[in-house]
Order: sequence, then structure tokens, then C-alpha cells
Amino acid sequence: MVEWTDQERTLIANIFANLDYEDIVKPDVSCHHSLCLRCLIVYPWTQRYFGGFGNLYNADAIMNNPMISAHGVKILHGLDRAVKNMDDIKNAYATLSELHSEKLHVDPDNFRLLSDCLSIVIASKMGYDFTPDLQAAWQKFLTVVVFALGRQYH
Amino acid sequence: MLSKREKELISNIWERLTPVAEDIGAEALLRMFTTFPGTKTYFSHLDISPRSPHMLSHGKKIVLAIAEGAKDISQLTVTLGPLQTLHAYQLRIDPTNFKLFSHCMLVTLACFMGENFTPVVHAAMDKYLSAFAAVLAEKYR
Repeated sequence: MVEWTDQERTLIANIFANLDYEDIVKPDVSCHHSLCLRCLIVYPWTQRYFGGFGNLYNADAIMNNPMISAHGVKILHGLDRAVKNMDDIKNAYATLSELHSEKLHVDPDNFRLLSDCLSIVIASKMGYDFTPDLQAAWQKFLTVVVFALGRQYH
Repeated sequence: MLSKREKELISNIWERLTPVAEDIGAEALLRMFTTFPGTKTYFSHLDISPRSPHMLSHGKKIVLAIAEGAKDISQLTVTLGPLQTLHAYQLRIDPTNFKLFSHCMLVTLACFMGENFTPVVHAAMDKYLSAFAAVLAEKYR
């Protein structure tokens, strides 16, 4: 059972309160804040899971792909579930973990790649408001989420 | 593998970071110590409070080394020769920590560059820092 200090709970809740999901995932002109597509560009091998998503041929194609954007929103809503169940993320994610293992067949290392990208997107958006203490609380949260997502793999 | 365009991008960015080397370096180190407390074990001999003289000087050292490597990425093994020896035989820092530092450096750059830390820049920077870390660890065994 993960112990969260009051400060950590507040810090993590604040990040979510300030997160505009549409902003984080939508590609604007220079596609600054788009989460899913950042992962697909920085770690191109993650594209293997998106065969049915149409044109992912290059950064521009990925940036303008609406299915990718929509998927990013889905992922962020999934993270929401963890924030709402911080004292039992393990069980809150049991079915999601099974889904990713049994149906989607996603290598669990990808969860870590996506979470690293998310930290960087948030840092890019918040600038120096993303303090070292905030980063530490956020990293702890993501580590718990990544572990919970990988738990039902066998 | 870094493309020619990526190497130019990296080289330009690190040249621009050289004047603020100690700020960027100290920031990245602080983030690493705060987010991954196990990394502090290598620094019991230094004052690692935020922006201490030790942090600023050590941060500067690291950033200048990364910037030096960025001037000619194809020569990384030559440029990093002495640092390879230092890390392998004296410092003996577990190379997993290079990944943790690289991640914190990327976060620092994202805070510093904001919108300009685009996915393309991010990808190039991540590739460069991975290559740098790999070369640094080459003499370990």
C-alpha cells in the first residue's frame, strides 16, 4: 500500500486540475504539447501498436492524425482514474492491466516511455512552475501507475 | 542514429546553453536528487542543497562536457576518452543512473525551452544523451 503525504496529494491533484486534456493532446501549429504523438515521434517503435490508425509515416502525418489525438485523451482520462483512487491504484487498474496484457499485448516498458513523455510535456507546458518537488511527487505517482498497469501480466 | 540535421540541431542548442551551463546543470542535478533519491548516494562528499557552490560548479562541469561532445558527435569516443576512464575506474557510477540524469536533463530543457522543446528536438536530444551515456560507460567492462 503506497503512502502519500498530504503535500504529495495536493501537488498531484494540482497538476490534474491545471491539465487541459485537449491542450495536452491536440496538435497545434508546431505541435508543442501533444502527448501521444510525442511518444510516437520520440520512441518510433511504439507505432507498432497503432497499425489501425492510418498514416503515421512521418512526424507531420502523426501530428495531423485525429485518431492519435483522440487516443491521447483516452489515456489521460485513464490517469484520472488513478488520481481518484490514490489509495488503491493497484486494484483500480486491475482490469486495465488485464486489457493491456491479454487483449492489446502491449510491452509494459511502453508505460514507462509514455510516462517519461508525459513528464516532459507537462514540464514544457508549466515551465519552472514544474518545480523539482512537483516533479518528484509526479514521478512517484507515475511509477505507481506504471507498476499497477503491469501487474496483471503473466 | 542521429541524422545530419539532428546533429546540427543538437550542436546549436548546446552552444546556446553554454553561457548558462551552471544554471542548467545545477537544475538538472537538483531534479535528479529530488526525484530519484538513490542518486544522492554518490554525492555524500558534496553540499547538494539547491544552488550551492558545489551544485553550480558540478552542474557546470557536466553541461560543458555534454556541450563539448555536441560540437562533433561523430568523435564522441575520442572526446570522452578521459571521462570514460574516470567513470570506469574511479567514480564507478552505476550506468542506470545516467538514464535518470538524462531524463532530468530533458525535463530541465523542457522547462527552459517551453514550446521550443518540440517532439523533434526532444527526440534528437534524447538520442544524443543516450549515445553520450553509452560512450561514457564503454570502459566499464
